[in-house]
Amino acid sequence: MAEDVAIIGIGMHPFGRHENTGMEMGAYAARAAMKDAGCDWSDVNYAFGGSASAGNADSMVSTLGLTGLPFINVANGCATGGSALISAYNAINAGAADVCMAIGFDKHEKGAFAPDPASHGVGQWYGDTGLMLTTQFFGMKIQRYMHQFGISESTLAKVAVKNFHNGSLNENAWRRKPLTEEEVLNSLMLSNPLTQYMFCSPGEGAVALVLARGDIAKKFQTKPVYLRSAVLRSRPFGSFEVFNSWLSPDRGNSPSVGAAAAAFKMAGMGPSDMDIVQVQDTESGAEIMHMAECGFCEDGEQEDLIQSGATNLDGRLPINTDGGCLANGEPIGASGLRQVYESALQLRGDAGTHQVPKPIKTAFTHVYGAPGISACTVLSN
Amino acid sequence: MTTQIPVAEELFTWPSDSPQLIGTRFPESGVTTFPQSKSCPKSGSENGERVLLPRLGTLWSWTVQGFLPKSPPYAGKETAKTFKPYGVGYIQLGNEVIVESRLTTAEASELKIGMDMELVVIPYSTDDDGNELITYAFAPVKK
Repeated sequence: MAEDVAIIGIGMHPFGRHENTGMEMGAYAARAAMKDAGCDWSDVNYAFGGSASAGNADSMVSTLGLTGLPFINVANGCATGGSALISAYNAINAGAADVCMAIGFDKHEKGAFAPDPASHGVGQWYGDTGLMLTTQFFGMKIQRYMHQFGISESTLAKVAVKNFHNGSLNENAWRRKPLTEEEVLNSLMLSNPLTQYMFCSPGEGAVALVLARGDIAKKFQTKPVYLRSAVLRSRPFGSFEVFNSWLSPDRGNSPSVGAAAAAFKMAGMGPSDMDIVQVQDTESGAEIMHMAECGFCEDGEQEDLIQSGATNLDGRLPINTDGGCLANGEPIGASGLRQVYESALQLRGDAGTHQVPKPIKTAFTHVYGAPGISACTVLSN
Repeated sequence: MTTQIPVAEELFTWPSDSPQLIGTRFPESGVTTFPQSKSCPKSGSENGERVLLPRLGTLWSWTVQGFLPKSPPYAGKETAKTFKPYGVGYIQLGNEVIVESRLTTAEASELKIGMDMELVVIPYSTDDDGNELITYAFAPVKK
């Protein structure tokens, strides 16, 4: 059984579009997290961080202070932030550090990502012929899922409506304007069945977390939040992932299934024990599929859960309480840490206007992305 | 007279009146990849055989590309003004493999999961000498 690892400080640079560089946003988040923890940079004795498009995290030491600490750059696609957190968790558990920082930041151009075929291990022909778009993958994955399990377009839209509503209550969110179901359904069709407002946008922002050994946490923070597990998995054979020119008819599970199950096992808790949930909502369909992949319902049950409002802030199982990727956008390096930041805020009762009304003792986070990786955490007071 | 140039060698048989996609079958795991692959992603085996894939299949899932993709990597020469949405889908070829492909229709009303599809070859761009660049696509089977 792992020792207790506590989150003693949380810091965020608001998500959205900003003048400053990704690295500057990262340093801003780092300072905010240290202020929250009541610690100095010299107290931090290990750091892990990364971004996909905004530079090497370790160069931040020239801004924060050249203390000589070990600072490891993490580059793990959409799970970069989650991987930084897992590395910090493991460093504390291994006895390599008492106080550790995990940091993620990013700054992307507008519009869909324009990936390079060679760096994704696919042939140039795939990009040439117009198949290399993440949006197509998301459209086809949820199209198949809706066909198999009876999910309606109204339910797809309601996920976006909920997340934009939650974002409208969250001062750090990018998209603060609530949208109606009609506005979501009638927005531009980007990749059937997904419309413009069902997709998140690449964006900018940064999150930093200060972690410490559980037994020293209260020296820094009166309301520490405990990280009960942190798990990363890559894809098993048969999962349906982005940029696959072929699939096996012998279908398998998503990496999220394995990551979530392992996170719950390590924490000694199950999906029904969770008070709030953050799951990757790159688009509306992803949130729906991840509810089942992470064990919160059976395939198809999302239709009733979402239509009945069970996943709203005041519902039985609030999901993406800060507005998720849809309202916050996706700075790849920071996204997974944003979910943990939000969970800590809710567990501490500090979420203000978007605080979930029911008492919160436990939280679950799930990040997922290319090329088929998933990172999950379980947190509690 | 323009020449038709395939987007990549050994992706599909060409020239041909009835072109077929070319994959690799790994006898030990029973896995078939498309396009060809040096190793099996299930078993790690490097013992694969070149196979020609069935020309007929069924639609497994689909979408429509509704906006002009960024170039690169996209090599089509449309502009935002001339761009016309195109269909994209996964087609299940028997129990062998499910392949991703452009579709010849972008009409949502013409696409149903499970419908019969057949392989065709379509132009996707032109080169500087005016040659037609071609790729494979799947079309609904005409009843």
